[in-house]
Amino acid sequence: MVDKKVVEYVGNLAKIAINEEEKLAFSEQLSKIIAYIDKLKELDTANVEPMREVNQLEDAVRQDEAFLSKDSEDILSNAPSREGDFFRIPKVID
Amino acid sequence: MLDLTQLNAKDIALALKEAKLTKDEVSSFFKKRIDEFNPSLNSLIEVFKEPDKGEGSSALASLGIAIKDNICIKGRKITCASKILSSHRAVYEATVISKLKQAGLEIAARANMDEFAFGSSTETSCYGPTKNPWDLERVVGGSSGGSAAAVSARLLPFALGSDTGGSIRQPASLCGVVGFKPTYGRVSRYGLIAFGSSLDQIGPITTSFIDCAHLLNIICGHDAKDSTSAKIDTPDFSKSLNCDCSQIKIGLPKEYFAKGLEPEVKTAIEGVKSYFANKKIKFIEISLPHTEYAVATYYIIGSSEASSNLQRFDGIRYGLRSGCSNLEELYTKTRSQGFGPEAKRRIFLGTYSLSSGYYDAYYVQALKVRRLIKEDFDSAFKEVDAILTPTSPSTAFKIGEKTNDPLSMYLSDIYTISVNLAGLPAVSFPCGFSKNNLPIGAQLIGKAFDEETLIKLGSCFEEGSDYHKQIPPLVVNKKNSHE
Repeated sequence: MVDKKVVEYVGNLAKIAINEEEKLAFSEQLSKIIAYIDKLKELDTANVEPMREVNQLEDAVRQDEAFLSKDSEDILSNAPSREGDFFRIPKVID
Repeated sequence: MLDLTQLNAKDIALALKEAKLTKDEVSSFFKKRIDEFNPSLNSLIEVFKEPDKGEGSSALASLGIAIKDNICIKGRKITCASKILSSHRAVYEATVISKLKQAGLEIAARANMDEFAFGSSTETSCYGPTKNPWDLERVVGGSSGGSAAAVSARLLPFALGSDTGGSIRQPASLCGVVGFKPTYGRVSRYGLIAFGSSLDQIGPITTSFIDCAHLLNIICGHDAKDSTSAKIDTPDFSKSLNCDCSQIKIGLPKEYFAKGLEPEVKTAIEGVKSYFANKKIKFIEISLPHTEYAVATYYIIGSSEASSNLQRFDGIRYGLRSGCSNLEELYTKTRSQGFGPEAKRRIFLGTYSLSSGYYDAYYVQALKVRRLIKEDFDSAFKEVDAILTPTSPSTAFKIGEKTNDPLSMYLSDIYTISVNLAGLPAVSFPCGFSKNNLPIGAQLIGKAFDEETLIKLGSCFEEGSDYHKQIPPLVVNKKNSHE
């Protein structure tokens, strides 16, 4: 059961605030989804290795050489707020 | 008047090369269709006034392609159909876009999609839903719904989509076109905005297997910029077109023909089976016993990966920013205002299943079941070369029908999801129509890196059928009324 408290807790972890109405809707919808997902618990997986990669790819390695990957001005041009070559954010230290 | 709707892209490109058609004739033909039909379909978010022109030659050179709006085209806007990226411009080029340009294609338009590819109906887009060209009151499927609708309505000869749990194949099925999801690792994901990094794959949406094979030739191949890209040579997929298929064995998984499948869809798939059986192809009933766990497994893994991937949208370096009194408020306001309801739902679900106390019970358990699902396919492929299933349990549903019931929406991907969990190639292709004239799609699933068998079978089916040549009647009527 994903009750309102759990929804608030998860919202805080995910840095998403939702209003009271949305909390109720999410609690109901997520409870239904989790109840469906709980069927995974039927399976005995004690001897199954978690599958963390697909198609057994080789490790991708490259020479450790410096190169220009992207133009910093291009990147900064998308900034919602900037000052010179910096991203501007609210003060973090009092 | 010139009608290119009955030609596949390869033949249009050939006619251009042989000077039987001019570049202007072709561009103005498609431009006219876009102007006439896109306003009601809402399939293309932006049509470039000056398309990015590629330099190079290939079987498809000089034709325009639509790109799902989660693939970066340098200098162009890229939004993932989300408010949080509504003014963002791509600062680099996706590898597939570089490859298309090198092959001489024109990057012509950005296609609508579900927000961040979260959805099976293209209703979660911040630009509003794309309408199905076969019935404007119905959904196109999703999440690559804009791409599928544009190709179905012949607004462009082809498009690229991305497929995390069926997002190329299901809209292709609902729109009556060919949608191919390559093996995980076959196509570089560099420049594809990540949803589920272990599941995502870019692929073509076309009107025929001929165009599909030629487009795969262009976009596949190892890329050092994607560490999950496979170091495997790309065969010439066009060589698999119209080959002898009589030695191929096809499996029919009994779990895919059980409850929940619409009778008309079932009949259409049986039609595909009879067609192949006439070509001396052998059928074997197989079992994929963990099928019933696939949707649950997928929604844990997909949402977990999505919630991690979407952490980067925090209002600091790009995208929307809201709130500015302190950092915590900035993050929370930005994300609360920027993400739509389905994106929030997936982030909540993923965050929940990765959170302390639930990680082992949900996320790790899902990874284990993922292995069981893959092993089902491994054993099946010891007996057969390909697997035939429906793509979607139903034809296109009504817009709004499933928006308040996320679980029933998730279950519409029941036949496509296992393929992504197992990293396999699969294709949806048109195989019939319902009584109310809605397209039905069949799915063929192949062994890892054996796209060729799927192209052999698909092109063999296409030779003897004309489902892929049907144009949405609404579009044709509208066009006639203008003439």
